[in-house]
Amino acid sequence: MAPWLVRTSSQLARRAASRLLSPSQHRRHRAPAPWILCSVPPVPRTSPAAGGGLREFCSVRGFTGESSAAAAATAEDGLAGGDLQELDFPGGKVSFVAEMNFLPESQRERINCYRVLDDDGRTVSGSKFQEVSKDMALKMYSEMVTLQIMDTIFYEAQRQGRISFYLTSHGEEAINIASAAALSMDDIVLPQYREPGVLLWRGFTLQEFANQCFGNSLDYGKGRQMPIHYGSNRLNYFTVSSPIATQLPHAVGAAYSLKMDKKEACAITYFGDGGTSEGDFHAALNFAAVMEAPVIFFCRNNGWAISTPTAEQFRSDGAVVRGLAYGMRSIRVDGNDALAVYSAVHTAREMAITEGRPILVEALTYRVGHHSTSDDSTKYRPVDEIEHWRTARDPISRYRKWVQGNGWWSDSDESELRNSVRHELLQAIQVAERMPKPPLTELFTDVYDEIPSNLREQERLLRDAIKKHPADYPADVHV
Amino acid sequence: MAAASSLHVAAPVATPRVGSSAGNRSASAARVVRVAAAGSGAARAGGRLVARAAVAAKENSPARAASKSDGHEVLLFEALREALIEEMKVDPTVCVFGEDVGHYGGSYKVTKGLAEMFGDLRVLDTPIAENSFTGMGVGAAMKGLRPVIEGMNMGFLLLAYNQISNNCGMLHYTSGGQFKIPVVIRGPGGVGRQLGAEHSQRLESYFQSIPGLQMVACSTPYNAKGLMKAAIRSENPVVLFEHVLLYNLKEKIPDEEYVLCLEEAEMVRPGEHVTILTYSRMRYHVMQAAKTLVNKGYDPEVIDIRSLKPFDLHTIGNSIKKTHRVLIVEECMRTGGIGASLRSAIIDNFWDYLDAPIMCLSSQDVPTPYAAPLEDATVVQPAQIVAAVEQICR
Repeated sequence: MAPWLVRTSSQLARRAASRLLSPSQHRRHRAPAPWILCSVPPVPRTSPAAGGGLREFCSVRGFTGESSAAAAATAEDGLAGGDLQELDFPGGKVSFVAEMNFLPESQRERINCYRVLDDDGRTVSGSKFQEVSKDMALKMYSEMVTLQIMDTIFYEAQRQGRISFYLTSHGEEAINIASAAALSMDDIVLPQYREPGVLLWRGFTLQEFANQCFGNSLDYGKGRQMPIHYGSNRLNYFTVSSPIATQLPHAVGAAYSLKMDKKEACAITYFGDGGTSEGDFHAALNFAAVMEAPVIFFCRNNGWAISTPTAEQFRSDGAVVRGLAYGMRSIRVDGNDALAVYSAVHTAREMAITEGRPILVEALTYRVGHHSTSDDSTKYRPVDEIEHWRTARDPISRYRKWVQGNGWWSDSDESELRNSVRHELLQAIQVAERMPKPPLTELFTDVYDEIPSNLREQERLLRDAIKKHPADYPADVHV
Repeated sequence: MAAASSLHVAAPVATPRVGSSAGNRSASAARVVRVAAAGSGAARAGGRLVARAAVAAKENSPARAASKSDGHEVLLFEALREALIEEMKVDPTVCVFGEDVGHYGGSYKVTKGLAEMFGDLRVLDTPIAENSFTGMGVGAAMKGLRPVIEGMNMGFLLLAYNQISNNCGMLHYTSGGQFKIPVVIRGPGGVGRQLGAEHSQRLESYFQSIPGLQMVACSTPYNAKGLMKAAIRSENPVVLFEHVLLYNLKEKIPDEEYVLCLEEAEMVRPGEHVTILTYSRMRYHVMQAAKTLVNKGYDPEVIDIRSLKPFDLHTIGNSIKKTHRVLIVEECMRTGGIGASLRSAIIDNFWDYLDAPIMCLSSQDVPTPYAAPLEDATVVQPAQIVAAVEQICR
């Protein structure tokens, strides 16, 4: 070994050592808090350059470009250690083995699924979960029922031609409401499109939902988006954007902003099993892990991406195993179990905020409804399968059994709730339907912060055209 | 590249921010100097009242610096960096995302030193996923930050097209104005020196159709700094096109703070015979041709359009009303480029003032080849510009 090489590598070793041993100022990089409800396996800290907690925000200035010198150094040291030879590569130390061992494409057993309530709504013995007060429990239940009724009635309205489009969250009411209940209003929600329940929980009224679906002049989106593309900056719910999974990098950006402001809040973003195939899924999870961004990635694995079943979407064990690939803590949960979803999100949120890390939550569930009003899922899946999940595996009935079992709910409460929601909703639809559509000016505003001259010109041309041929344009649009 | 830069009378220019929330910018707004509009009234692009930079002198008169101090010399990439530093100092929400922008200092050194100054949270090195870090910028902007997103090469931003078109350009509109996206997307583009087809893209062609975006192209250290500052301060998403071959241009720029107007074109050389509209690197080919043309007795008016979306039809129109002949010189391909749209806008608005068909010199509709003579042949050269002017003025 050339003497200069040895000298260089010991310099490296000294520099590396001093980097490692400098005390961390950040509370986020201490050992994880004692998580009572779950266990977090110890993270192996073998490699100094990878995933070390004792460094500045995500700047890993480790052994890049110096691997050969480092390798030389370790080769000298490693021999002393006995049989196991270790080598430094960029990324850290790895042990050698003399046998070829291909990692299997799948584990022998699938990752276990966390659940609290059994099918009869009784807590499984020995289950650990986040307790909820009676008020919270009842609010969760009534919002789940409200969501179900809202979906049913809006879907019918589309069938009657009163709105042009709708998609339901049937079967995913527990995911919607229980996850929302576990968050705070400061947490930023970046939905895909099957999470109106989160908005409902936060206080969006049935009238506000109806206004958006009818695209009337009271719609916060000013009539610019299809139905179900809700958004409310007041309620920290980012406007739905149709392309799949584009909201995942947005969530990382939003979390980055929270981190900059040092806020006690996280971002949460929802997506389906299909969304995990998008490039944005991969990159967002990777970014969030590298940047230690406080995001909850919530995958609603409901078995179907329109007509594509999960068996044709991926070959991995669902979405949960992908977390490990990105260096992200993950959990699989029964998405039809309201208490399990609540507990998981509650804990994930605490981890994300106090430890400054992203968490992947995969909720297993079933998409009971068709993909949307443009779909007839009986074409690609058996009707009795849909019926089974709609009835026997319904998350609302299951949770209701628990709530009733506690003596907090009765049949008369049930019918009273359902009647009043139905009534309120039908009212809201009537009001929304009669409300005028946004005026023509709104075609040209908000493209930029102020209307530029070319758009003003285009608006003028349009007005002229309407004035000249009024019969060719709808009479009810205010010009 | 000869520094045939625009000979500005270097008076600082202000862009008063009409109608948008100033927030924590009020302090900086107070420091910006106002200059009365020179010549023909203020441009009214975008509904803003805009003070103009004083008009450039003719090419053969010496440049004059009208500012209080002497100014300082910078290279173009340094001018961009100065702008970034000034804005980041004043506004803590301004941050930078991109590949190798942090400790490496950026592939073209635009962000050199910034990570040391502002920390690696505000100057963020991202993994290689353009669609995703652009998306991250969109999300951060919706939450209140002002990200400056760097594409290492503009061509790579084709991967970010989904986020730029569907989200950047649209979310302010589709959210009913609830969320704004004040991002700056910037990077080097255009034909370089034998960088090959994938690294020689002219993204302004592809992006110009996206509603909700603004596009500007810088060409001198002076306008690079001014446009970068304006882009950062804008509430709209702005794409700032830099050119690979212009980063080392040298020019003296004012010491005082100045911000340019995003929607404004730049009068490079006033003239009488023909209006030559160009931007970015082609400006220099045009000015080189102008030397030859002047020797041959022509008096071309050269305008660097700078604002690619929207076009500054006020400045362009005034010029056409004077000269009645137009030549567009661009680096875009013939089909679907900036020239194509500009031609169409001129015909719509100034048809009656034209004495000759509008000529447009563009690159051919071919991928940019690697071999030097082939690459040169695919970019508009000064000799072609001279010939075109002679033809128009016949």
